[in-house]
This record gives sequence, C-alpha cells and structure tokens, in this order.
Amino acid sequence: MPANLTLAIVAGCLVAAGVYLITERSLSRILVGVVLASNGINLLFLIASGPAGGPPIIGYTEKSQMSDPLPQAMVLTAIVITLSVAAFVLTMAYRSFQINGHDEVQDDVEDARIRALAQADSTSESYEEIRFSDTGEDVVSE
Amino acid sequence: MLIGLVVAHLLIALAAPLLTRWLGQRAFLVAAAFPAVAFGWLVTVAPVVLAGGAIVQHYEWIAGLNVALSFHLGLLQWVLSLIVTGIGTLVLVYCRWYFADDPPQTRPVGLLTAFAGVMLGLVTADDLIILYVFWELTTVFSYLLIAHDPTRRANRAAALTALIVTTTGGLAMLVGLLTLGNAAGTYSLHAILADPPEGTALTVSALLILVGALSKSALVPFHFWLPGAMAAPTPVSAYLHAAAMVKAGVYLVAVLAPILAHVPGWRPAVWTLGALTLFLGGWRALRQDDLKLLLAYGTVSQLGFLMLLLGTGTQAAALGGLAMVIAHALFKATLFLVVGIVDHSAGTRQLSKLSGLARKLPITATVAAVAGAAMAGLPPTLGFTAKEAGLEGLTNLALGGDGTGIAPLPAWMLVATVVLGSALTVAYTLRFWWGAFGTKPGVEPTEIGHPPSIGFVAAPVLLGFTVLVAGFLGGPLTSVLEPYAATLPAGEHGHGLSLLPAWGAPLLASLIAIAGGVVLFWQRERIAAVQQTFPPVPAAADFYSATMLRLDRLAVEVTDRTQRGSLASYVETILLVVIGSIFIGMTMVTDWPAFYLADHWGQVAIGGLMVVAAFLVATSRGRLRAVLLLGVTGYGTALLFLLHGAPDLALTQVLVETITLLVFLLVLRKLPKYFTERPLQTARWWRVVLSGATGLAVTLLAILALGSRVDIPVSDGFCEAAYHYGYGSNIVNVVLVDTRAWDTFGEIAVLSIAATGVASLIFLRGRTGRISRPMTLPEGKLEGWLRASRMLPRHARSLIFEVVTRLLFGVMIVVSVYLLLAGHNLPGGGFAGGLVAGTALLIRYLAAGGLELDEAMPVPAGAILGSGLAISVLTAVTPVFFGGTVFQSFDVHLMVPGWESLTLPWGTWTLLGDIHLVSSTAFDLGVYLVVVGMILDLGRSLGAGIDAHEREELAPAPEPESTRAAPGVRWS
Repeated sequence: MPANLTLAIVAGCLVAAGVYLITERSLSRILVGVVLASNGINLLFLIASGPAGGPPIIGYTEKSQMSDPLPQAMVLTAIVITLSVAAFVLTMAYRSFQINGHDEVQDDVEDARIRALAQADSTSESYEEIRFSDTGEDVVSE
Repeated sequence: MLIGLVVAHLLIALAAPLLTRWLGQRAFLVAAAFPAVAFGWLVTVAPVVLAGGAIVQHYEWIAGLNVALSFHLGLLQWVLSLIVTGIGTLVLVYCRWYFADDPPQTRPVGLLTAFAGVMLGLVTADDLIILYVFWELTTVFSYLLIAHDPTRRANRAAALTALIVTTTGGLAMLVGLLTLGNAAGTYSLHAILADPPEGTALTVSALLILVGALSKSALVPFHFWLPGAMAAPTPVSAYLHAAAMVKAGVYLVAVLAPILAHVPGWRPAVWTLGALTLFLGGWRALRQDDLKLLLAYGTVSQLGFLMLLLGTGTQAAALGGLAMVIAHALFKATLFLVVGIVDHSAGTRQLSKLSGLARKLPITATVAAVAGAAMAGLPPTLGFTAKEAGLEGLTNLALGGDGTGIAPLPAWMLVATVVLGSALTVAYTLRFWWGAFGTKPGVEPTEIGHPPSIGFVAAPVLLGFTVLVAGFLGGPLTSVLEPYAATLPAGEHGHGLSLLPAWGAPLLASLIAIAGGVVLFWQRERIAAVQQTFPPVPAAADFYSATMLRLDRLAVEVTDRTQRGSLASYVETILLVVIGSIFIGMTMVTDWPAFYLADHWGQVAIGGLMVVAAFLVATSRGRLRAVLLLGVTGYGTALLFLLHGAPDLALTQVLVETITLLVFLLVLRKLPKYFTERPLQTARWWRVVLSGATGLAVTLLAILALGSRVDIPVSDGFCEAAYHYGYGSNIVNVVLVDTRAWDTFGEIAVLSIAATGVASLIFLRGRTGRISRPMTLPEGKLEGWLRASRMLPRHARSLIFEVVTRLLFGVMIVVSVYLLLAGHNLPGGGFAGGLVAGTALLIRYLAAGGLELDEAMPVPAGAILGSGLAISVLTAVTPVFFGGTVFQSFDVHLMVPGWESLTLPWGTWTLLGDIHLVSSTAFDLGVYLVVVGMILDLGRSLGAGIDAHEREELAPAPEPESTRAAPGVRWS
C-alpha cells in the first residue's frame, strides 16, 4: 500500500520539533514538546490507516470508499488523554514555580547519592556484611 | 482429600490474625488440629498404601502447559507425610508454651501452619512443576520464619542467606525438572519413574536436580546457611531445619534414585559430598558452645549421611537410608525441643554456662538421653537399627560393589569416612548431653525459674518415646519400608532392621565408631588443641560473602553508569536505541515501497503551515508565543483529520485544542514571559541532530510500515459488525463504546486520575475548593444570568463577552446533549459532547469568575467523575446478569402509542417516531460525565484555584524581564 508522503513528512517534522523540546530542562517547554510530538504520532495513525476516504458512517459512505475506522477510534482516545496529561504536567510546572520560582527538572538526588557511593568504591546503603565463623561464636546466631 | 488438607492449612494460616486475637497463645493448639487431622487421615489410608497401592488425585490446571494439580501418595510419600504432619502437630502444640511469655504472636502461628501445608504438598505432589512451586514456597516460609525478628541483624542476614542459597539451587533444579519432563514427554513423577527417558538429557537433568537437592538439604558446599538459620526460634529450627524442610532434598533424591542413581557422575558426587558433609558437620559440631549450633552442625552431618545412603541407589542402603530419615526426624526434633526447654528454664543455651541441670530437669534430661542414644546410634533405639542397616549397605559396597561398580579402594575410603563421621557423632552427642545437663567443675550450678509445665515437655517426651519403641519394632518396620527398597534396581536385599544384627562388618563398624566417639569425647581438650593447629581452609561461606559483596558493588557501579538521574539523558538514551534499531532494520530493506505526494492539495498547504509552526514553536523563547503556535499545529491536525475522512477526530481535536489553549492561558498568566535559557548552549547542536534523526526515522518508518502491510485490515468486518452487534451507523463510535469498550473504560479512568491529580496539586489538602452558592453573594439585584460577574472589579468585566456568553451557553449545552445522543449514528459521541459542555462551563468562568462556575455547576467535580465511572461500570456488567458478556450491547425500540406521529389532513408528521435506544449510549453517558467532570476540575483548579492563590499571595509572581518568578509567600 503506498503511503502519503506529505503526511509522513509533517509527522516527522512535528516529532522532531517535539523531541528537541522534550530534551530541555524547563518543564513547560517539555510539555509543549510532548503535545507537539503527540500531534505528530496521531498523524502516523492516519498514515497507517491507508488512503483518505469518506467518513466511516454506514449509510453515508459506501463501504469500499470508507476510511479505516479502527485507527480513528484509537486516535480519538489518544487526543483526549493528551489533554489530561497536558493539564496535569502544566499544573506540575505551576506548582514548581509556586515553590521554587522556576520549573526546571532537577537531577535526581537519590541518584547523586549512588554516584557518590560508586566514586567512593563503597557498597550500597542496604548492604549488610554476612560473616559466618565456625569458632563457636557464630556471628549470624548472635 | 490431599488438596483439601493442603488448602485447609493455608486457610487456617490466613485466619491466624483472628485466631491469635481471640485465643492468644492457644491459637497454636487450634492450628495444630489441622496437621493432626492430616496425620489421622494418613493412618486411615495405611492399608491401601501398605498393600502397594497409592492415593491419587488429579485436577486439570493449566492444560496448555501440561501443568496439573496432581498428587500421588505412594509408600515413600506416605512415610514423609507422616513425619511432616506428626512432627508438625507436636511442634505447634509445643509452641503454645514456648511463646507463652511473649505477647500473642500471629506470625509464627500463620507461618508454621502454612509451612506444614506446603510441606505436605511438596512430599505428595506428582506434577514436577507443582512440586517445584511447593519447593519454593517452603523456601519462602523458611525465609519468613528465620526472619522472626526483622529488627535483629542476625535474623535478617541468616534469612537472606538461606533464601539466596536455596533458591539458587532451586533454579538449577527447575531447569533439571523441565529437562526431565521434556525428555520424558510428561511432567508426572510416577509416569517418569515407570518409564524413564535415557541419554544425555537424563544425565543433565539428574545433575541439575542434584544441585537443588544438595542446596536444600545443606550439603557441602551449600551447608553454611543451615547453622545461620538457627537465628529462628527453636521450634522453627526443630521443624524446618531438622525434621521437615531440609528433608525435601533428601526426599527428592530418594524418589528419583531408582532412575537416576546409575547416571554418570551421580554416585561419585553423592558419595564425595555426602561423606565430606558428614565429616565436616561432625568436626565443627565438636567445637560449638551454643547447644543449638551444635545440633545444627550435627544436622548438617546427618543430612550428609542420609544423602549418601539414599543417593547410593542400592537396596540395602535405601532401606537403611529411609529408616534413618525417620529416626533423624524423631531424635533431632526431640533434641531441638529439649534445647528450647533448657533455654527457657536456664535463660541460656551456652554449654559453658550450664551445669547440674540433670537433677533439676530430670524428665527433660532423660528424654535427651534417649534421643541422644538414637543420634549416637546406640541400641535399643531406632537410631541403632537404622544406622546398622545403613552401614550394611555401605560395607556391601566395599565387599564387592553391590551392583554399583565401585572400585574397592574408594569403597573402603567411604566406609572409613562414615565410621569416622559416626565416631564424631557419638562424640558430639556426648558433648551435647554433658554440655546441657552434666555437672561441670568450676561452673556455678545453673538456677532455673520454674520447672517446665507438662504441656511443654509433652512433645519431646512423645517423640523420644517413639524413637525408643521403634527400635524394638525392627521386623514390622522392615516389612513396611522394604517395598521402597525393592524399587531400586541395584544391590542385594539387606538384613533388615533388627536389634540383633548379624555378626560382620556393619556391627564391627558400629563398635569402632562408638569406641572412637567415647575416646574423642574423653580426650576433648586435646582434640580441641589439635583442631586449633589445623590451617584455616577457605570456606564456602567466605566465598558466598565475597560473592554477595561483589554483586552489591557491581550493582552500585551499574546503577551509577546507567541511572544518571537526568531526565534528558534517559530520554536521549531511549531515543538513540529506538533510532538505532530502526535505521539498522532499514538497511536490510531491499524493496522500498511506493509513495505518493498527497490525497488532496489541501494536505500540502496545511502540512506546510504546520511544519513552519512546529519549527517556530521549537525556537520560540516566549511562553505565550509557543503555546499559540502549538495551537496552530493542533488545529492543522484537525483539518488533516477532516481531509482524511475522519470527522469524529476532527471534531474532537478542535474541541480539545480549544480547551488545551484555554488551560495553558489560565496557567501562563502566573508564569514568567520567557522560558529559561539552558546554561549549556553546546548541547543544543547535539539535540538538533538527535531530533532531526528521530523525525527522519519516523517519516521513513511510516512509509515503510504501510508498504509492508500484507494482511487485510482488522477493521474489514467492522462495517457489518457495527450495525449487527453494536446497533450503530457511526463505526468509530461503535468501536469506542462497544468493540474496544475496555480501552475506552481505561481511558476515562486515566482522565479521572489526571483530573484528581490536577486538583490535588492546587488544593493540596482536599479534592476540591469550597463551592460557593449564591447565598454567599451580597444582597441586591442578583437575578438573571452571570450574577457573579457583579462581584468582579469593573475593569475585569467585558460587556460583549458577557452577552456572548449568555447567548452561547444554552446553545452549547443543547448541542452537547445532541452530540451525545446522535453520536452512535452520526459524528459526535460522549467525548465530543462532554468537551462541548466543558467548554461552555469554561466560558462562563472566563466571563464571570470562579463564583459563576459554582453557580453553573453547584456540585463537586469529583461527584461527576465518580458517577460517570459508576455508570460506565454498571453498563459494562449489567449484560452479565441477562446472560450476556461484559460490555455487550442491546437495543430497544420504544414506540409510545399515539405519539409516534401526528396525522393531519395535509400529511403525516413524525413526533417521537421509533425511538431506538442502544444500551451502549448509557456507557457513552458515563464517558460524557467523566469528560465534563474533568474539565470542571480544570476550571475549578487552574481557574478559580489559582485566583484564590493570587488573593492569598500563594501564587508565583513573575519577575519582570526575568525567566524566574518569586515563589508563593508561604513557600519562599
């Protein structure tokens, strides 16, 4: 089945612009990137559904002329989910401003601690040395 | 019956919290009733089993994987089940007094009972997979029981060690079991025994299974977990780590020896490791100061002996081995329970501090003496007769091989090691009794609080009595156990169990062992001095500790390398992998599919505009500019949907884009005008390359994927199905509310969660802000619409906007209901309808503020979300009650008599007509309500909520000409 080049290029450009923003640190910019990429991905479904056709409504379009309804249903849920995700992330950005005065995604503090452990060549914090001695003073059955 | 018994144990384990609350310590006695019933049942089926029959139970479980809940109770299984249930009952009874001084404990009640159940399942399971499941369940319960007091480091470490060592072996065993079942074509144990496979598969599986058995039964080099496990309470040690769980490996070897003993490598491994374990355990037991540890090393030693006998696979050794299993369970459980009594009475179990207890605890001391005699292999106990039979099996090896083909020298070495090990056993038995009860010069006589109650000593007395009586029952016991020995293909028929052994090598070996043991004990101080001079041997335990340390270090290093903590670097890594694999895959494509420019010139025009907008979004520094340009791409997408023949999508996309824009604007008013500049400008070009490559991959993949399609689309039959089963003409809507209704249901759940998340981030302590009703408004002329707008400051009001709102609101609500109802046959549906209604609500907020929103919808958003979800669930499950399936659609034609149409002289007018109701419309109503609830939540939180923050100075205040804002007052 031949593909629609225009739609493919538009989808690619939207995703590219989205990815450029997603690799940012500012949460609101990341969000804009996510929404942009979502639009691009929704177009991918459109391409995958084959050539354009009439609305998939019985009695309105002949069956042979219809566009594929299944990808449309999938995209419809995706669109609404994107809205709710956007609202949630945006609220997170707002909250970040409310507390810190900026919305930059910080590096994880826990991971920084692990890095410190690795640099010090030490074990994890949950590690417990297990020693057994057979001299009668068994450490484990203290 | 067998499954019922196992399940009954597990159920009573679940009821343990209630039982301990009602009955306190006596809960142990209730729990003990269950293994007791199982024991009673086993006694009643004795005639069947002893006549050579078996109790079989079989239930299909996972037929596709050949896994069945099948149980097979033959002789060997019967003997082990008697041990498991009998000792289980007595240990639970004993626990009632052992834990009497502590507050009522739920953990041991539940865990011990559950363990008894799964152990019974383990020794009776016929299906290899089920056997493995029970096998690992015993490991898990053992882990939990050893970790009795998780606040103690010793308990944690010991529990973890036992878990890791035995599950490592268990995994090897699983591979072995799968190989065996695969080679045999069945996973039924008795079917495999009847018709064993041959060849390499059998050898491999035999050796892997042996690894599992050795680890579970604590043989060298896995032995070190067992002494550690003594951190568990003493009754647990008695039951799990002496009588029952550690016998699992021995049982597995015993049951498979008839078909596996001749496999290359099996006998040498069993003999070498068994003899080594026998010696090592005894040697170390000799220098323990803690009575429990002394017994633990003794158990290690005895397990080596048992494995040695049962793994040999000759008739005489098998008879002795099985008798020894019974004897060991009886005397070792007795001795552990005795240690528990001594510990409770004297407050210590260190033999260097105990003295003169024989006179103060006469009954306990006597029982310990009887059980000790059995452990040392002295007549007239079962320990003596069993050991004689076992030694006969081994001396037979030395006197001609007994069908195993062993050379004389290794056979004599084996016998010599066993005699030495037996001498050590005699020595540590003497050390045990002397240590616990003897009077030692220079040690103060131990004071005891109060003599142990009758119930406390009942269990050890009964067990000790049994091991003594069984010694006299050599004849009957031989005839009971003989059928098992007869299943072994190799070796001669043995002499049997008897207190009157034949003169010969076995008796001589016994006498040497006893004499040697007495000398070892007599010269114990000199022996201890000798032990000191031996060079330290690198122990398996050290290897284990070092491995765990290296594993932990490796985990830290790997985590450090892979988990950098930066979101951007994770996204970049994921994308690199995706792009890399896509491009590698595409290099192998030889025939690139065809493509065409566009379906319609409009696609090119709109697409071009969208690409420009996307580029500008990516480069814009201003927040508002980025959001508005984002809207351009969104509306462009909607147009592309429309041109493609997807009116539902176009409608939804336009509505969603509008709401997204409104929501962005509501929040953006409190954020700085410009995005932050990243400090690292150098990373920009890398990001350009990465995003460009991603976009290119997406474009090429889209073309390639469509070109590779060979099958007809799944949706090919949707057209007919939508009408016949979904009763709708709009196929997209039927897919949403019927064909893929589960998907939609999941989605509205996500919407509810996201809306709740937004509200929680704004209101923090509640689901929503307070809803103000009109009475809180000031008195005056408050009739009519948009009354709350009078509360706004004059400059914030817009007359034109208010008028437009008045005009639009009613129309939009009607349209939304129309979209909801018509959606099944025409573009629309719950999503579109809900979005329109939600937009109408947002418009009222924009025109007249938060109070107006409460006026328009005086109910909490959570209630709307909840009722929407409830309606959806009800629609989903209702068909089940009418014989349908979940989410099945039904239709009803409703004709109201006299109201269908109006016939007038100049024609017939349809009034209500034929009202065609489809049950999935109710599901769509649920969707509608969830969407309305979500948008109401967004309006209340991001609109009215942020307004309130502003009044209370909690909102961030953007600094002019800066990318930062001053945090809300409370937070700064």
